[in-house]
Amino acid sequence: MSLSRYAAQRLAFGLVQVLAVVTVVFLLVQALPGDAAVALAGDNPDPRRIEEIRQAMGLDRPAPERFLGWLWGLAHLDFGVSLFSGRPVADFLADGLGPTAVLAVLTLVLLVPLSVLVGVLAALREGGVLDRVLTSISVGLHAIPEFALAVVLIALFGVRLRWLPPTAVGTGGDLLAHPAVLVLPLVVLLARPICSISRLVRAGMIDALASDHVRHVRRLGISTGRIRFAHALPNALAPAVQQVARTTDWLLGGVIVVEAVFVIPGLGTGLVDAVASRDLPVVQGLAVVFAVTTVLVNLLADLAAFRLAPRSAGIA
Amino acid sequence: MKGPTMTLNRRGFLGLTAGLSVVTLTGCATGAPSPTAAGPRDGGRLRAAFAGGGAKEVLDPHLANLFVEAARSKALFDKLADLGPDVSAQPRLAEKWEPSTDLTRWRVTLRQAAFHDGRPVRAQDVLASYARILDPNRAFRAKSSLSLIDLANSRAVDDRTVEFALKRPFVEFPNALAAFGTYIVPEGAEDFGAPVGSGPFTFVSFEPGKSLLLKRNPNYWEGAPHLDELEFVLANEESARVNALLGGQVEYAHDLTPTTARGNAGSDRVMIHRSPNSAVQAFAMKLDRAPFDNRDLREALFLLADRQQLVEATLSGAGQVGNDLFGKGYQYYADDIPQRTRDLDKAKFLIRKAGAEGLTVQLDTSTAAAGMVEAATVFADQVKGSGLTIEVVTGNKDSYWADTLKNGSLSSFRSGAMPIETHLAQRLLTDSGTNVTKWARPEFDTLYRKAVSTADAQERGAAYREMQSTLHADGGYLMWGFADWIVGTSPGVGGVSTAPANTLDWARFDKVWLG
Repeated sequence: MSLSRYAAQRLAFGLVQVLAVVTVVFLLVQALPGDAAVALAGDNPDPRRIEEIRQAMGLDRPAPERFLGWLWGLAHLDFGVSLFSGRPVADFLADGLGPTAVLAVLTLVLLVPLSVLVGVLAALREGGVLDRVLTSISVGLHAIPEFALAVVLIALFGVRLRWLPPTAVGTGGDLLAHPAVLVLPLVVLLARPICSISRLVRAGMIDALASDHVRHVRRLGISTGRIRFAHALPNALAPAVQQVARTTDWLLGGVIVVEAVFVIPGLGTGLVDAVASRDLPVVQGLAVVFAVTTVLVNLLADLAAFRLAPRSAGIA
Repeated sequence: MKGPTMTLNRRGFLGLTAGLSVVTLTGCATGAPSPTAAGPRDGGRLRAAFAGGGAKEVLDPHLANLFVEAARSKALFDKLADLGPDVSAQPRLAEKWEPSTDLTRWRVTLRQAAFHDGRPVRAQDVLASYARILDPNRAFRAKSSLSLIDLANSRAVDDRTVEFALKRPFVEFPNALAAFGTYIVPEGAEDFGAPVGSGPFTFVSFEPGKSLLLKRNPNYWEGAPHLDELEFVLANEESARVNALLGGQVEYAHDLTPTTARGNAGSDRVMIHRSPNSAVQAFAMKLDRAPFDNRDLREALFLLADRQQLVEATLSGAGQVGNDLFGKGYQYYADDIPQRTRDLDKAKFLIRKAGAEGLTVQLDTSTAAAGMVEAATVFADQVKGSGLTIEVVTGNKDSYWADTLKNGSLSSFRSGAMPIETHLAQRLLTDSGTNVTKWARPEFDTLYRKAVSTADAQERGAAYREMQSTLHADGGYLMWGFADWIVGTSPGVGGVSTAPANTLDWARFDKVWLG
């Protein structure tokens, strides 16, 4: 099978996946108790008013009709409007994308060199003090959920010591203009993936350094640095690369937690707000964005794997 | 929390950096400053953190629903009247009001005030604002409050005089003028992207779900604010608001928990402001169904509540006990009715008399309001040993209020401040929209109608007294406590009012200054 044919097949399958996701999301939100009118009425749940709100929001139309109408709009790249504010959902997505993209991209950009550094350092000192210290820290950090780590870091560096801003409150989502605000969220986002990927790099590096071909290269009298970084490291990276792709999926979830804790007005915060208020068009718009991102990232990872080793990708 | 000073001292001792040692010294020297002593100071930007509605927020004051929206509306707009510290209507944009003798026509004279674009506030703007709220095709929250206005027969007498025609005599009409969301906007205003109001602050910029920046209106009719700028920022989690305050990212954090207040009492980084009688905490029994259609059982429940313990345990002491009546400290509150206290023996007797021994009742609650689940749990414990068992069931918080309006027989209840008349009208008449306890008594409705259609203040007071007395004896609300509203500011901030939540002075920033 050719690469382009494979890509087209995967793309079509991805489309089906996205459709399935939005359908399930629609059904799940329908299954939640209360609708947008009830959520808006809050502690003033006058049934007459709730009925009025329902009519004003168009919620009195049957659910399948609303869903199909929304799908028809989506086919024209029209995400619809928020039930509450009447603002286009596309605006919500555009507003939230900036902070979330900054977090996700910076995490990925920092993740690879940092994990390789930690992994290689540990591998080169295998069994030594440095290796044991790094191993203990990695295993320990990996065991701490993001929200717990975030709370501890905020309490220590944000509130007690006041070295770093404890939240992103007041930055208006322009995180790059306030780099200090990014430090704690990035530490939280990086902590777990660095641990898992650096462990893989360490193991791969130790294996590679002990492998036949490295031993052979060593016998040829090539310098230690060249052996390590030109011969052993590339082999050590293979498993780590796949883990990076998986980390991207994980980031989408991790970002939601981190945004909530640090009050970053990104897509994750938007999703939490929209679900709480049953603002279905916004929930669905965000679900499309998350689903499309996940499908695309996995598609790219699979294509890379296909390109590198068609047979092992299991599709030849 | 003695923490901060101790940490700072220790850090100074460790001598990490010279700069930090200076912080230590100033921190020790100032101690807990007393900002009120300094007196008002003009200038500066105050950043205020509230829980928000996310990116779906709009600045249309008629759509206001959340606390932050109420506070923003108040900064940008005015109502004809608003609630004073005793939760009675006080004139605002209205300079005065005069009813006709039969209380069906009200002549309201407007104050000389101007919108931010310089246009005067006219009678036509008032009528247009109310017409917008009452539009049958829309669902504004204030609609029911204004529904007694006969708009077709109301008119602008001149630019500064409105004559309202009412559908029925109503002596408490000023309560309607002060109701939540009844803001006056310029005639024809529909786009609130850059809102123009008559309030103490004018619009600068708005990013939904992020921040709203306002600046002082030098021409405000009540005098210009002290602050140059006011910025509303959003942090939905209480812990985030507290962290932002402690980290110096905001100067004002709205709606804090009693636990936070207690933890930061005496701190030199935070000042805690408490507004007593801001929210009533209660359990609501439904009278139209078993088992609480039985009066004896309702009284048994009243007598089982250890109110002091509930206040201590669930409000961390940040509140006062209630006497099963709404509006402690408000105008018309019947404070001469003796305070109910726990009487286990009498309660046991009443439960036996009602034949309810061994009965298990489900108490619906949720996290829709702070402290409700905790209160339900504590109360279930207090009921043990009485013959009755209470089983606490925690429901969905987003649909809780609508759910408990219809379902179940016993539920947690909470309400913010409103005039006692409004509480009666919204919740305790046969046709009330949010009648949680299903209290429906023709003679009670008649008494209410009599109270609101009598011009004689004494007679009216007596009718309100009688209604409260009936509710105290027979009603379905076990109102066990009144919670303080808690706000935190940085130590320099002055002029923060402690009037009950929902009143004019609550979350109001034109009288606030930065030290």
